Amino acid sequence: MMSFRRNKKSFTIIFFLLPSLFGLIFFSLTPMVSSFFISLTDWDVISGSPKFLGFSNFINILQGEEFWRTLKNTLYFIVLYIPLMLLVSLSVANLFNSKYKGITMYRAIYYIPVITSWVAGALIWKWVLNPQHGAINTILGYIGIEGPGWLYNEIWAMPGIVLASIWKDVGFFGLILFAGLQGINPTYYEAAEIDGANWWQKFRKITLPLLSPTIFFVIIISIINSFQLFPQVMIMTEGGPHGATQVMVERIYKYAFEYYKMGYASAFSWLLFLIIFFVTAFQLKIQKSWVKYDT
Amino acid sequence: MIHKKILGKIFFYLIASIIAMVILIPFFWMISTSLKEKGALMTIPIQWIPDKVSFEAYQKLFKVFPFGRSILNSFYVAVMTTFITISSAAMAAYVFAKIEFKGREKIFALYLATMMIPGQVTMIPNFLVLKYMGLLNTFTGLMLPSLINAFGTFILRQNMMTIPNDYIEAAVIDGASHFTIFYKVILPLSKPILAALAIITFMGTWNSYLWPLIILTSKDKMTLPVGLSLLNGQYGSQYNLLMAGGLISIIPILIMFLFAQKYFEKGLSLGGIKG
Repeated sequence: MMSFRRNKKSFTIIFFLLPSLFGLIFFSLTPMVSSFFISLTDWDVISGSPKFLGFSNFINILQGEEFWRTLKNTLYFIVLYIPLMLLVSLSVANLFNSKYKGITMYRAIYYIPVITSWVAGALIWKWVLNPQHGAINTILGYIGIEGPGWLYNEIWAMPGIVLASIWKDVGFFGLILFAGLQGINPTYYEAAEIDGANWWQKFRKITLPLLSPTIFFVIIISIINSFQLFPQVMIMTEGGPHGATQVMVERIYKYAFEYYKMGYASAFSWLLFLIIFFVTAFQLKIQKSWVKYDT
Repeated sequence: MIHKKILGKIFFYLIASIIAMVILIPFFWMISTSLKEKGALMTIPIQWIPDKVSFEAYQKLFKVFPFGRSILNSFYVAVMTTFITISSAAMAAYVFAKIEFKGREKIFALYLATMMIPGQVTMIPNFLVLKYMGLLNTFTGLMLPSLINAFGTFILRQNMMTIPNDYIEAAVIDGASHFTIFYKVILPLSKPILAALAIITFMGTWNSYLWPLIILTSKDKMTLPVGLSLLNGQYGSQYNLLMAGGLISIIPILIMFLFAQKYFEKGLSLGGIKG
């Protein structure tokens, strides 16, 4: 009787876990391991079996200039994107948090880019940023500014992608930061008002410190996302002009699925993984210096 | 004091409207462009509102590309993927929340660990496996990896843990099996979170690009984002065509959003729990 019941319990557990375990083993853990082994080979998939190379894919990538260029481009993106995104998202979150009439409508508007696919969004922005016939340079022209060549210019291509990304993301990060704002105990503000604190002092001394865990989370997520830029680059610039917007995932995609260099692409993807891992670990380590947890 | 309040109000509407304008202008530009004739695209100064409204782009879109087919494909893939993801995650979550056994926490930790693996690392081996199984360019191949969704499993587990064990024990005394409990007790009690997860999964799949781009190679199998990117490659400067396609791809998800904004917001803010 006892063993029958135990068997029944194991059967139940296996039944319930089977679909996800199948996915976990065959589409997550095994590929993770095999990706590493593929990265040690030269393999074009078409002409047969992989040729073992050792770590030379990694060495070639690290010695070539392409990897460092993608890293530089990504850093250029991060430096422009993160501060501007935080500034706008914080404003959006504060708007969400106010109780004026019509905020539901504004919220709905801010989410539209979030629910739009990146492909559609990138197509729109490719056209908006068109130097002669696009919306942005036309508007700049109204106020007497001659807009840059955006996606056709090595220096301005990445800022163009940054603008598109901010447009796409502020609704989402605004929502996350808004949730953080709602977690702040209103009595802090009441006490500050009694003490005669102005808007800036309240923001600086109450909101920022108490929101810092949420801001920290937003930065972690957005930096991970920044290392994984793909659709906006693929659709808007294909990495150009002259490699000015080449980024890691775009390179991995091209090496694997256009040039069929599976080993090289896998090595590239492992470097991406390691970078994300260490950048995130580093941020977790230094968070103590600026993130305040309300206890 | 009243003066200050009015000032705050003006400030709010000013900032809110400026941001809303910046967000809406690109959409407006898309709609306007999609209604232009080819010749009206490159005029200087630009036409904010087309001088002559034309549906040329929409007609051409369905002629040069099986776009109607892409819409159906996107619906099919998004509905099925949502169903697969949510079922698989809910079943696993039930075990991790309510059925105790030795080693459970270790297995759960393994699920969570997969959240750290970027999709770009697993996509090459997954592509190769599907290739050898003959599942490239099939929806089965496209959807198989969605069997594992650690994030969904985690969220559902957290939620199911808040369901009191008394409910389950009462059902067990009544002779109910785990299958019945799962179906009749747990799932109904998890409805709001299931709805939120389903909606963001649907949206994520509807918009997903990289994985379908790798797996789907023939035009009649393509989902909207993949089809649009192909159009972008072939008709890169015919913006009326591209904008018409983009607009069509947004409308279904926009309609869903307008009807279920609450669940969208809830689903999106789940993203904030991860930390």
